Amino acid sequence: MRESRIGAWIAFGIGALYFILPLIATFEFSLRMKRGEYSFEAYRVVFADPRFQASFSYSVGQALATIIVGIALVVPTAYWVRLRAPQFRPIVEFITLLPLVIPAIVIVFGYLRIFNSSSLIPLTDTNLGTDALLMFGYVTLALPYMYRAVDTGLQAIDVRTLTESAESLGANAFTILTRVILPNIRPALLSGAFLTFAIVIGEFTFAALLNRPAFGPYLQLLGANRAYEPSALAIMAFLVTWACMGLMQLASRGLRLPATDTR
Amino acid sequence: MAWLGIVPFLLFAILFLLWPTAHLVIGAFESKDGSFTLANIANLTQPAIVNAYWLSIRISAASAFMGGLLGFALAYAAISGGLPRWIRPTLTTFSGVASNFAGVPLAFAFIATLGRTGLVTTLLVKWFDFNIYHTGFTILSFWGLTLTYLYFQIPLMVLILTPALDGLKKEWREAASILGASPLQYWLRVAIPVLWPSLLGAVLLLFANAFGAVATAYALTGSSLNIVPILLFAQIRGDVLHNPNLGYALALGMIVITALSNLAYIWLRAWSERWVK
Amino acid sequence: MAFLTLSAIAKRFGQNTVVHGFDLAVERGEFISLLGPSGCGKTTVLRMIAGFETPSAGTIMIDGRDVTYKRPAERNVGMVFQAYALFPNMNVADNIAFGLKVAKQPKAEIDRRVAEMLELISLPDLAARYPYQLSGGQQQRVALARALAVKPQVLLLDEPLSALDAKIRVSLREEIRALQRELGITTIFVTHDQEEALSMSDRVVVMHQGRVEQIGTPHAIYNTPKTRFVASFVGTLNMLNAEIKDAATGLIAVEGQSLRLAHGPVGTGSAAQCTVALRPEALGIGQAKPGDNVLSCIIDDVQFLGAIVRVKARCGTHSLSVDTFNQAGQPRWARGDKVEIHFAPEHLVVLD
Repeated sequence: MRESRIGAWIAFGIGALYFILPLIATFEFSLRMKRGEYSFEAYRVVFADPRFQASFSYSVGQALATIIVGIALVVPTAYWVRLRAPQFRPIVEFITLLPLVIPAIVIVFGYLRIFNSSSLIPLTDTNLGTDALLMFGYVTLALPYMYRAVDTGLQAIDVRTLTESAESLGANAFTILTRVILPNIRPALLSGAFLTFAIVIGEFTFAALLNRPAFGPYLQLLGANRAYEPSALAIMAFLVTWACMGLMQLASRGLRLPATDTR
Repeated sequence: MAWLGIVPFLLFAILFLLWPTAHLVIGAFESKDGSFTLANIANLTQPAIVNAYWLSIRISAASAFMGGLLGFALAYAAISGGLPRWIRPTLTTFSGVASNFAGVPLAFAFIATLGRTGLVTTLLVKWFDFNIYHTGFTILSFWGLTLTYLYFQIPLMVLILTPALDGLKKEWREAASILGASPLQYWLRVAIPVLWPSLLGAVLLLFANAFGAVATAYALTGSSLNIVPILLFAQIRGDVLHNPNLGYALALGMIVITALSNLAYIWLRAWSERWVK
Repeated sequence: MAFLTLSAIAKRFGQNTVVHGFDLAVERGEFISLLGPSGCGKTTVLRMIAGFETPSAGTIMIDGRDVTYKRPAERNVGMVFQAYALFPNMNVADNIAFGLKVAKQPKAEIDRRVAEMLELISLPDLAARYPYQLSGGQQQRVALARALAVKPQVLLLDEPLSALDAKIRVSLREEIRALQRELGITTIFVTHDQEEALSMSDRVVVMHQGRVEQIGTPHAIYNTPKTRFVASFVGTLNMLNAEIKDAATGLIAVEGQSLRLAHGPVGTGSAAQCTVALRPEALGIGQAKPGDNVLSCIIDDVQFLGAIVRVKARCGTHSLSVDTFNQAGQPRWARGDKVEIHFAPEHLVVLD
């Protein structure tokens, strides 16, 4: 089988080149802002830009809100399905897979038609309403991953026995969820949270079409107008994604996750 | 009373997933005054839109097919190629990250690499006196976008295919070789028959993935490459088609295509899992 | 001239020597087992014969041909794997026919041979089934048929029964042995189960940490083990530390009680101690025959194992296992009983 090893090395070499070159190129480009020398000027400019700070903090805020709402939605549901309503598992799982099938642009199109001024729930009338709509959109986008992570986490702990022993000690449902279940699926929650964070930070379609000052649209705007700052931002975006994934891996050490089906 | 517990979830799903989608689907069959019509679907056949769909299909197919091939080669090399042990987990981790690194930053990265003043472009000029832009190539094109798409398509292929490749037992190759088969005969008679449902299914998933992607295209080629998501984007922003319901039909077309691809993927996956326990 | 010869076969992975050089001459039609614990190198030896590993030293000859560096496809050797390794995309008939199709045999010949093989493994009705529809035992028989269909000169089996249930294991090993006898095919069988090795083989090669400890018939391996490892790995063994009282005549003492060996001398040079071994079934409790050795012991435990009653007794610091058949009229021993354990001097085996 020695012949195939050369082929394997070639494949690996080409792959490594294809994936690493753009990163090097982007980094190198981002250092070129000051004519004639390499410097971190582009990064400095970006960090000093008030629009960067505003849009980044907006997206971070959205990410945190998405994570909290997502957990509040998914954990009780997954718990209930597992414990009391296993017959609903197929339909719940089907719903959690829909965001992977229906393109994001279609979903946000639907939002704009349904929640505009002339509808029952005119969310898009106010900034706060649109922010909320954006957040719910993000929860929808992150739903497949969050649900899978939580469900796997629940599978790893014996939910039924934990619940029954807590009940026999007098705990109500809320207490059980918050004091017993949540702490025990922490790796799964962290894992889902980091993935959600990565998704929200870089998201463009929802934010652009809902006209909110998020990080994604800011990136695109800068790319249309500036030369060096976009590269610096791309590097930062990549690092943030790496950090999220790395932390997600660390968090899921306490958890056996199947191969992630990511987009 | 079991259904009570999933009411919040169902409410959320209806409000933010099912109803918006259904609204679009129904709207595709409505005319401006609300009556049932197939005119919107018929209007999809106008040249501009047909071109957009055809372009989308071609780009998605190109990036899916190439991503499938290259992803397969990479995954196979890492898993069964006799490479050092550390390569496989590195590839898996990197694929997890890279498959999420799409959209605007990715477009920037490729402009910095293969753009007119990109690193690779200038290096090729410096070292080999070869300017790719003189051949008519530009990153802001069909192939430029396809090449950029590969950055998340290949890792996605690696991630999807890894379980299937793990299921390709080493003993099959050994059994085949001791029964007299050459490596080629093993591939033709055993490995490919076992793998092709997974390969095809993964490629279909990649196709659906590319078809629905908008951010990367928007940032890279903008409106110069009129793929369906870009067209829809413009339609949502400013009703460029001068017919709101046509926008619905456009969205419906997208849903149908991605849904069919995903269904085919699920079916193929179930089929291949039947054999390989 | 032996049919299959391994000469000074060795295998190293970097600094690690997995198989130290050894020789083995296998006659045509012989059934040889490679027996040993996990990691002893037996599978590596088998894979070298198959061609999946290249020896670091030594040669392999089959029927006068040097096959040491030949690819597996060129060796005309058949192999059955522990995990069956049936091709999942083919049904039983196609699996069996695989080697013949690869060799581009005419269709009529292939069909005839496949039918013949299905008869041989007694599964004539399962030709159209797929592997996932078969039980473990059936899959292994199909794997066997597939290996034999191409009429190999040597058949290699890599722990083929380890993945099966106990009952199937026993019936299948009898089938394999019967098949092997009928076809007269030279066979190498790797296992860690000594019962399999002893019951099936013409000869057994006991391996430990890459070295051959002993090669011999099952009878010889069991009754006259040459090394401590062989003695303890094959069957249960009572091991006793003894003082040598009279080296020349073979008089030793265990826990102060005199025992006589079948013959002297015992020990090397001026050694004062030695280790002796006794099989549990060689010991008896109660009425000793004239000439027997006798050890006074106290019963610790009596285990009823069905056909066998195993008595554990203590003699000073030593613990002995005694196996007796469960027969009517046997006295019921109890914990704490003082008994006399007797055995013929021939059964005392001296290790080192």
